[in-house]
Amino acid sequence: MSGERHEHELCSRRTSFGLGYRPWLRESTNFGDTDAAISNASDDPTQRSVTIRLVSLSPTRVRLDWVVPVLLPVVNLAVALLLSAVVVVLIGESPGRALRTLASGAFGDAESVGYTLYYATNFVFTGLAVAVAFHGGLFNIGAEGQAYIGGLCVALLCLGVGSWPTVLVVAVAIVIAAVGGAAWAFVPAWLQAHRGSHVVITTIMFNFIASSLMTYLLVNVLIKPGQQSPETREFEPSTWLPQLHDVVRWLGWEIGRSPLNLAFVFSLIAGLLVWFYLWHTRWGYELRAFGHNATAAVYAGISPASTVVTAMAISGALAGLMSLNEVMGVQHRLLLNMPGGAGFVGIAVALMGRNHPVGIVVAAILFGALYQGGSELSFDMPKLTRDMVVVIQGLIILVCGALEHALRSPVEALLRRPARVE
Amino acid sequence: MIADAFLIVTLLAAATVRGAAPLILAALGGLFAERSGVVDIGLEGKMLTAAFAAAATAAVTGSVWAGLAAGIAASVLFALMHGFACVTHHGNQVVSGMALNITVSGLTVVLGYAWFREGGQTPLLAPGARFGPVDLPGASALAPLPVIGSIYREVISGHNLLVYVAAAAVPIVAWLVYRTRFGLRLRAVGESPGAVDTAGVSVAATRYMALVGSGILCGLAGAYLSTAHHASFIRDMSAGKGYLALAALIFGQWRPLPTLGACLLFAFADAVQLRLQGTPLPLVGVVPVQLIQAIPYVLTVCLLAGVVGRAVAPRAIGVPYVKER
Repeated sequence: MSGERHEHELCSRRTSFGLGYRPWLRESTNFGDTDAAISNASDDPTQRSVTIRLVSLSPTRVRLDWVVPVLLPVVNLAVALLLSAVVVVLIGESPGRALRTLASGAFGDAESVGYTLYYATNFVFTGLAVAVAFHGGLFNIGAEGQAYIGGLCVALLCLGVGSWPTVLVVAVAIVIAAVGGAAWAFVPAWLQAHRGSHVVITTIMFNFIASSLMTYLLVNVLIKPGQQSPETREFEPSTWLPQLHDVVRWLGWEIGRSPLNLAFVFSLIAGLLVWFYLWHTRWGYELRAFGHNATAAVYAGISPASTVVTAMAISGALAGLMSLNEVMGVQHRLLLNMPGGAGFVGIAVALMGRNHPVGIVVAAILFGALYQGGSELSFDMPKLTRDMVVVIQGLIILVCGALEHALRSPVEALLRRPARVE
Repeated sequence: MIADAFLIVTLLAAATVRGAAPLILAALGGLFAERSGVVDIGLEGKMLTAAFAAAATAAVTGSVWAGLAAGIAASVLFALMHGFACVTHHGNQVVSGMALNITVSGLTVVLGYAWFREGGQTPLLAPGARFGPVDLPGASALAPLPVIGSIYREVISGHNLLVYVAAAAVPIVAWLVYRTRFGLRLRAVGESPGAVDTAGVSVAATRYMALVGSGILCGLAGAYLSTAHHASFIRDMSAGKGYLALAALIFGQWRPLPTLGACLLFAFADAVQLRLQGTPLPLVGVVPVQLIQAIPYVLTVCLLAGVVGRAVAPRAIGVPYVKER
């Protein structure tokens, strides 16, 4: 019986990082119980077989708890990279050399690591955004547009305030970026909740609408006078988010110069808050319950409309916060196509990180490495453009998301085999 | 004045027909897949793959037919991958579709850049390597007639072959779905796969067949984009048309004729959008081009918000079928 329950738990993706409620955890760690079971084993053959199964599974179960959520993404990544290698071969380049260039470009020295983490900051925010929606059973493809609108709000704030102290600007910017992103997610969410229009299509449409709107604003309204390229003027330095190498130097250490800024710390805090919200508050519980089984959740008195709207608003807010890094932290102005595809990377990051903040941070750093290494790659191997990263990203979504069941069973079977032999 | 208005209306109608063709083909492809219970958000990606494969092959071989075949083959291949993930391995259908869309948006550019070195585009196609206008019989004979002549010449005749294929596809798909054994099974699989399975018909095989149908039609739609409408592949040239086709399918309540109507509506909005660019409107003046370009997307949201509440989707849509053990 407990074996079955355990299997069930493994199959439910959302709790597989082991931070949810796990009734079987006590059994698997307390070997005293199983010992007692052995000594109490009667002559009844069925009873005995059950007991033996328990014992033989126990050590494996402890291992599976941790290995599957860690090993499975690694296997997934390996398969996705293998498929990408096929593409590289098709182009006529060496996949091995490409991978080496990628790795040294991303982690070769302190500066590259800084760039990798700077990209990762964006992906932590968008990954969390997609994951929160996923937990509510919603697929938010609109993180791109939500981040864009969040960026607009931040840019307007930074352009508007003249001489506010930096702390105040940052505090207001956090709020306003979140509100901007949430507002852009609210309309599709409301339509899904009250009119039944599918959130996937409406968020895609809102990406297109945001893109048109922002092009209009940047070309016609916000553009710096007397300039050709559609971007705002540079903000006052008092509104810039402090660079991490400056903060660290102030603390007495020295790290390489990079665009890495305080937004990276904010993204980690956001991950912590999302974790607390999802697994340690009533609202997070309602959200997850709704995502698991909407019908049961409704019977339990959870309002579907408000859950959908809340989930999407939080998701949009997280996506909007991405603009802190990009607009306030690095560019110090609003550029055309500010999110640069980070909203779509967020989907891959959330799936690969198995919708858990810890996994998302790891996956985001991996994608940061792909982006940073990818730009090195296009210098070194001109045949491989940066679009190669988009291919890898799509393949990771395919392997981690759509084909998760395909790879899960072989991996689990492989791990369980020694226990059966015993 | 009246002649001017008439000319504008005729041109708008012609542009609507041209713009609707890929939407109709893709939406009918989606109809197959979704009627069988598989969400097909990958219409966009399949169109884009087909557009690239068709343009690349036509550019290399110089044959428009080889291009069309390659486009259909590439699109069917991706449809089968979607089936492998969603039907064989019970994966999430929306995630799988998005994965294919994203992969394709990168892959076409990477391959295009590596093979043709033109910044991700394919070389411009010679007139023989693309679908040219087809004059229907009698276009010149009817031309002297005052109204009918110009309508026939501008709106009905003179499009490329694939436009007529799209027009023919509507009754053909309707016949297939409503009047054949395959169609009955297709609809049954989308409503109640368990019942179909009990009757001894393979759910997986039926869904795979539906996906191949979707692949073929998306292949035609993609080939239309790059070898009929344009003369080369341009990065991200599907520009959301696959999503619009999906919205048209939902707006058309998963039925061929209403879907045709929805596609024509979207295409009309797009034709108006192109027409309005730079034209001053009464009361408002010249509306910025970027805002006008957003019209089809805003229209989609409004239509989905207004109508979809009442649309009845196939019952089993989005639910992977797991045979009882």
